[in-house]
Amino acid sequence: MSMPTFNPIIALLLTSLVAAAALAFVRDYRWSARLNILASFVVLLFALLLFHSRPPVNDLLLADDLNVVFIALNAFVGLTTSIFSASYIGHELETGRLTPGYLRFYHVMFQLMMFGMDLALTANNIGLIWVAIELATLSTIMMVGIYRTHEALEAAWKYFILGSVGIALALFGTILVYLAAVSTIGEGMGAMAWTNLLQHAAMLDPSLLNIAFVFLLLGYGTKVGLAPMHAWLPDAHAEGPTPVSAVLSGLLLNVALYALLRFKMIVAANPDTIDVGPLMITLGLGSLIFAAFMLYRRRDIKRMFAYSSIEHMGIITFAFGMGGPLGNFAGLLQMTMHSLTKSAIFFSVGHVAQVKGTQKIADIRGLTSSHPLLGWTLVAGVVAISGLPPFGVFMSEFLVLTSAFARAPALAVLAAFGLLLAFGALFLRLASIAFGEPTGAAATVRASYWPIFAHLSFVLIAGFYMPGAMTAWFQNVASLLK
Amino acid sequence: MSPLAFDIAHMFAGALVLVSFMMLYQDRLLPLINVLSLHSLLLALSVAWQAHIQEKPDLYVTAMITLGFKSIIIPMALRRMVVRMGLHREIEVAVGTGLTMLLGIGLVALSMDLMLRVTAAASALVREDVALSLSVVLLGLLIMVTRRNAVSQVIGFMSIENGLILAGTGARGMPLIVEISIAFSILIAFIVIGIFLFRIRERFDTVDLQALDQFRGERR
Repeated sequence: MSMPTFNPIIALLLTSLVAAAALAFVRDYRWSARLNILASFVVLLFALLLFHSRPPVNDLLLADDLNVVFIALNAFVGLTTSIFSASYIGHELETGRLTPGYLRFYHVMFQLMMFGMDLALTANNIGLIWVAIELATLSTIMMVGIYRTHEALEAAWKYFILGSVGIALALFGTILVYLAAVSTIGEGMGAMAWTNLLQHAAMLDPSLLNIAFVFLLLGYGTKVGLAPMHAWLPDAHAEGPTPVSAVLSGLLLNVALYALLRFKMIVAANPDTIDVGPLMITLGLGSLIFAAFMLYRRRDIKRMFAYSSIEHMGIITFAFGMGGPLGNFAGLLQMTMHSLTKSAIFFSVGHVAQVKGTQKIADIRGLTSSHPLLGWTLVAGVVAISGLPPFGVFMSEFLVLTSAFARAPALAVLAAFGLLLAFGALFLRLASIAFGEPTGAAATVRASYWPIFAHLSFVLIAGFYMPGAMTAWFQNVASLLK
Repeated sequence: MSPLAFDIAHMFAGALVLVSFMMLYQDRLLPLINVLSLHSLLLALSVAWQAHIQEKPDLYVTAMITLGFKSIIIPMALRRMVVRMGLHREIEVAVGTGLTMLLGIGLVALSMDLMLRVTAAASALVREDVALSLSVVLLGLLIMVTRRNAVSQVIGFMSIENGLILAGTGARGMPLIVEISIAFSILIAFIVIGIFLFRIRERFDTVDLQALDQFRGERR
């Protein structure tokens, strides 16, 4: 009798599920926070194991060059967020914004969301991807509404309705892809397996694939937060607990974009389909410029960084739309850098909002003199996210622009305009938040700094030096993406 | 496939589009809920027919879920909610009926033209099914856009979902369709419970906070 072979993907998925079930029974929030960290750590270990040995691909799950790094990134940000969350929620309990019962619910939802995202990343089945993204979305909706204030419920409701419409459109697109495949591959699960679809892509019905991609782009694009389907995103970021904002920006947007990339690969592998690049370029540039203008009128600090996420998702979609080895390379790098930087920013913003007791930008001043360490980490984060050297975001944005200049200078000028606009807005706000006479509470902050430092140092190192293996991986995946 | 089997499947799908049009001009909530019930009933019949002609017994599960949950339980819950929240006397001022109907006709023409053109290679049944289901989906979106009330938005969403299930069952042997219909039912149950608990009356803007505080058993 042979032992069933060990499969890191299944182990990883089970860890989150078991943790979610176990967390439902832990009453003391300190223990549940620790259990949450432990589960996230185990998930990270299994994710790293995937680099070492990959299980064989089946009709439901796969690990390949494209997704292993996203799984690892997901697990890493999940771990740091769980550590940040442990120090964040203690404060929320003290101020009475959350009760122990809700906290238990929050931890269960956190692990369920991680499970949904990991399932979406490892799924080899276009139906399973859809179900997994729906699960991840539902659990974030629950967490967004957890404060149960007027605004939080409104945000959760808006997210719910727009997310549901998005998910409906994505399902229609998925059904059309299946229809395109069924006459070539045959009925059943095989025609929904992504590896099968890619293998037979050239023989699939091109006109059906075209129309399917439009639905998928609109549907998953809603989850990515592309304008004009972005309306849920700022509210959801601003009204939910900050750890949720960090994972939303850092991970969930990436997961939805990853699903789109998988479909783009199928469409690109068929010679008779339209070039989907211009569609993505239009949506990407539109989001970038729109969000850059919107950044100027923000009064709420979390809402501002939510718009900055829309802006970055716009850049990334633009980069993938331009395509080519360099464009895809830049897009992948930007995805990684943005997710690390933006979650670090949300970690520090979370502490800032707690210590000042407000999210209003006008009420937060002189942070570097009242809380030097917190203030300067926020400054570093904003410098990084606005694409200044020496941080990694500079590298990736530079690559996006140079690859665009080589192929379509007019579009590159537009993108550069959007980036400069956003840069101006962020610095305008940063100047008043970080410097000048301090206002508001000056209480000391009990922050856990190391998640922030870990993220920012990764981004900083990537700005100076990329290990050869990593560059090779990015190049390899970029060539897969076409 | 016999021509009669095709005709009956086609009839159900066409009837769904027709009922979607009926939703467009209902400006009172209780009749709108009745139309939703009819919509789901037609879908259940259509799915059961597909299960019969495709010889896919698992589709009967989807048909039963649709019949029991979406045609009976949810409409009943919505009806009670509307009466309790005192919404049944309100007339919802939507975009003018004439204009909405014209837009609806335009959307159906669009989806027919688009879908029949791109599915040229598929069988007649699949082509008609997909074209009609896209019409149902687009009409559902139109309902969601032209309504302000949370309940009628949910009804619009449910009709979109009915269109998706129609497409999924029409696509030959699509796996996971039963699971997807269950997932959707859970989603809708959540939405309905959410509206009920939080008394969300209108799209995004009004939540009756006082009712909410009473529900929590505390007042600020």
